[in-house]
Amino acid sequence: MNAYVGTPTSRVDGRAKVTGAAKYAGEFSAEGLVHGFVVEATIPRGRIVRLDTSEALKVAGVLDVLTHANRPSLADKDEAWKDEVAPEGSPFRPLYDDLIKFNGQPIALVVAEEWETAKFAATLVRIDYEQDGFATDLEAGRGSAREMDKPHKPRGDAKAALAAATLRHEADYLVPTEHHNPMELYATTTVWEGDGKLTVYDKTQGVQNVQKFLCGVFDKKPEEIRVLSPYVGGAFGSGLRPQYQVVLATLAALALKRSVRVVLTRRQMYGLGYRPMTIEHVALGAGPDGTLDAVSHEAIAVTSRYEDFSRNDTGWAEQLYKSPNSHSSHKLIDLDVSTPCDMRAPGAASGVCALECAMDELAVALKLDPVELRLKCYSDRDQSEGLPYTSKQLRECYARGAEAFGWARRNPAPRSMRDGKELVGWGMATGVWEALQMPVAVRIVLTANGHAEVSCAASDIGTGTYTIVAQVAADALGLPIENISVRLADSTLPQAPVEGGSWMAASSAHAVLGAAEDIRQELARLAKAIPGSPLANDAADVLLIDGMIASEGKNGAAVSIADVMRHSKLERIEKEKLNQFAEDKSHARNTHSAVFAEVKVDEELGVIRVTRVVSAVAAGRILNTKTGRSQIMGSVVWGIGMALHEETVMDHRFGRIMNANIAEYHIPVNADIHDIDVIFVDEPDSRINRMGIKGLGEIGIVGVPAAIANAVYHATGKRIRRFPITLDKLLD
Amino acid sequence: MNNFQYSRASEVADALRLLDADPGAKLIAGGTNLIDLMKENVERPSRLIDISRLPLRDIEETADGGLRIGALVPNSDLAYHPLIEQRYPLLASAILAGASAQLRNMASVGGNLMQRTRCAYFYDTTTPCNKRSPGMGCSALDGLNRNHAILGTSTSCIATNPSDMSVALAALGALVHIAGRTGKRTIALTDFHRLPDDKPHLDTNLGSGEIITAIELPPQRFARNYRYLKIRDRLSYAFALVSVAAAVELEGNAISEARLALGGVAHKPWRTPEAEAALRGQAATPDHFGRAADLLLQGATARSHNGFKIELARRAVVRALIQATSTTPQSQARKKIA
Repeated sequence: MNAYVGTPTSRVDGRAKVTGAAKYAGEFSAEGLVHGFVVEATIPRGRIVRLDTSEALKVAGVLDVLTHANRPSLADKDEAWKDEVAPEGSPFRPLYDDLIKFNGQPIALVVAEEWETAKFAATLVRIDYEQDGFATDLEAGRGSAREMDKPHKPRGDAKAALAAATLRHEADYLVPTEHHNPMELYATTTVWEGDGKLTVYDKTQGVQNVQKFLCGVFDKKPEEIRVLSPYVGGAFGSGLRPQYQVVLATLAALALKRSVRVVLTRRQMYGLGYRPMTIEHVALGAGPDGTLDAVSHEAIAVTSRYEDFSRNDTGWAEQLYKSPNSHSSHKLIDLDVSTPCDMRAPGAASGVCALECAMDELAVALKLDPVELRLKCYSDRDQSEGLPYTSKQLRECYARGAEAFGWARRNPAPRSMRDGKELVGWGMATGVWEALQMPVAVRIVLTANGHAEVSCAASDIGTGTYTIVAQVAADALGLPIENISVRLADSTLPQAPVEGGSWMAASSAHAVLGAAEDIRQELARLAKAIPGSPLANDAADVLLIDGMIASEGKNGAAVSIADVMRHSKLERIEKEKLNQFAEDKSHARNTHSAVFAEVKVDEELGVIRVTRVVSAVAAGRILNTKTGRSQIMGSVVWGIGMALHEETVMDHRFGRIMNANIAEYHIPVNADIHDIDVIFVDEPDSRINRMGIKGLGEIGIVGVPAAIANAVYHATGKRIRRFPITLDKLLD
Repeated sequence: MNNFQYSRASEVADALRLLDADPGAKLIAGGTNLIDLMKENVERPSRLIDISRLPLRDIEETADGGLRIGALVPNSDLAYHPLIEQRYPLLASAILAGASAQLRNMASVGGNLMQRTRCAYFYDTTTPCNKRSPGMGCSALDGLNRNHAILGTSTSCIATNPSDMSVALAALGALVHIAGRTGKRTIALTDFHRLPDDKPHLDTNLGSGEIITAIELPPQRFARNYRYLKIRDRLSYAFALVSVAAAVELEGNAISEARLALGGVAHKPWRTPEAEAALRGQAATPDHFGRAADLLLQGATARSHNGFKIELARRAVVRALIQATSTTPQSQARKKIA
């Protein structure tokens, strides 16, 4: 029964969010709650030689100033500091020692009765540094890049094939450092429960990840720390790893034996992770007919000196497009900055941006329509692994997207289309992401009144997990969605990994399905065991529908769930189930999209407007067409920002970010957003999992910046390879 | 943010007395800029003198047919005032090109004139800045200066004034009424803001014991042929890279009077008599507009990242004059330049 799955069901937590009933990490209170304010380093590299807190401690209301010199004990082994998604290296440890590793590093926590008092006292902490030489400039450090070990499979001899190709396109594309800037500031409220027990309300994408991490860092038993994160005001990858404020709030709670809240400032959030600035070097070689001979993609990205963060920027061309020769490599440059982290479609957002701009440049050189070039290189098999896909409706994405956009009316010549003083440009790009699934367990408690509570430790980071879990449960249990309550993001609930990688929809839905199936079987057993029940002696299986247990047999017998539970003297049936996915390495699993964008560029002034975007997405079954559409629209908006606005700007003389606020770090505002048309292409997939779900979290952004950059080229004849495309780059 | 004392003034004389009594005091009206700067520890007033209740909220016609606007009139009230919409649409347009509806509701007219530069180094107390700490040096000169001044700069400072409203006021020939301990005075808006020279810590010529009481607009002109054109990095909610206030009076196709001011390019709204004189008596043609733009931009110099502003400003001036002379329909709500 699909009364809810696949429909535009409104968010079940929508009312709580818009009325303020939904509480976020920095909104929980506790008796005697005190406030911590972070003091940050203002140099990128060196050592603290003096840290004088005496003036701060004199301020009335200040309780303590925690530093590396007076803090309680913290774990001294890297293993304890490694969370479930930590990269290789030695994780950052706040207030651990006197070393400064990046500008903005927390070096003290002022704790006071009031937040304003702590903030003021923080300005009185005096720090003297011994500053060391430092480097923060990726482009200046290009020569020192070192190769990362990646499971790439080179095909043929890309170098030779490129040299011999009839047509070759080769260029650097630069994606700058970008920060997530979720609306909600990073915050933790650690509640002191007595006897060393703590309840931690944290802004995170994974409560169990944070719980294990805190137990390791503070040498606590699992039952001593409980982590909750019922609502998250955006995270986009920045909350996959535990952030330093959770360590500081917990450290202070243990030091003072009181409940402590730490909320970061917007500026301090620029000391967390980010999308790493990356030079994407792409080379494509083609024959005169537009078939690819060779693809080569080298990414050179920033990381910190203490951890090697990298994602798959490269490898997408090899997978997507038919080419006998391919090569890719990923290099890192160690700089005096904090470690980058995942940010929506990490790797692909940057790497596919470069690839799809390069494909557009190749199409121009070949005098081929950009869609036609991609169809010429189209592959029904994963080219890297040589595997078929569980499903791949990318061809349909091109067709449906092009039709909705009106692509056929495009004049291929740059600067050929106009609207008054504005040049009109149409560009397109391909998007691709993975369809992953992870172990998730769900507990369902069905009560005799026909209500079910579904619980799981997974987070809902604004993506709609509460809603899809309720939808799947309502359908599987045959109950109205109003009778389903969902509890998430509590570390004591059944297991879930961090919410990321677009894997939570498929993973949680199948866990719900599994637990609901156990409940169905239990109800069937009970119903059939009741003497005189309409289902007694019925050999047929049963369905749960409209609050009834109904026979699949011909007689259509049914009995209400409530009656069966009453007769069985059961108040509740509780089932917990870990999802099960068949091991299947015979097929590749991906989502795809085709993005078409229209820009209008003021010819003289360079002002760019993205007037239309059509995004046609093939991502298996869409659980909720309303929240799903919102996911893609939000991604497209972000893609517009990536193309035109977003850039974290650093002054390399100070090794310091100079636009660490949302006035100067630009993201699109309403005025920048016009028509966005989202098309979900039918993509039945009976192989990937029982429900055919692939996930939508990242696919929507991939390809968007390239489609816009390609449209800007088509409008102006100018190829901008350094993002963002600001108007000064179009003036000459 | 530092601790501070708070006083509320009920009369202008009250405010002046409080100012005199505490050299570290600052006036606060809407606070849309001052509070930000206090949060960043850039401003550390010992006392805030709240002037938001002073009786300076009237908009009244003057004897000569102009308008006198109380210093505490909110920006939004001014922009939507019927007399401003009818007689000074250039000013209404400039105000609506700036900030957000929420900020315009809070911000006062006098406070708008007092807003400080958005130079990132000025805001970041860990970097040298002569405006914030005289003598420390200017980080922008050889730093991130993409949005910095190209006109009237000095070796001490290349910051810009961020106001949109002031650019229109400069073009319209507004006067600033000031009260001080020793009496009242009136100065032209174009003389109100300073160039940085070797004292960039002084944004304006307002004395430390003085208060703005009103802005005066001369009798209505330029209500038909005008344009406030703001060019920025996103289509709203950003400071100007370059903005142009252009206004002309036409006799047939000939320009009888012209006003031209630039924003986002200097430490003050940039207006020169030469550029306007070059338009007077000329036919309204792009060639003449270009010549006026060249004169207005005479002496423009770029640093490492802001060279594009010179050409952008030139093109924006020409566009604004074309639109002003041809009465192109315009709206700051619709973000299309046309």
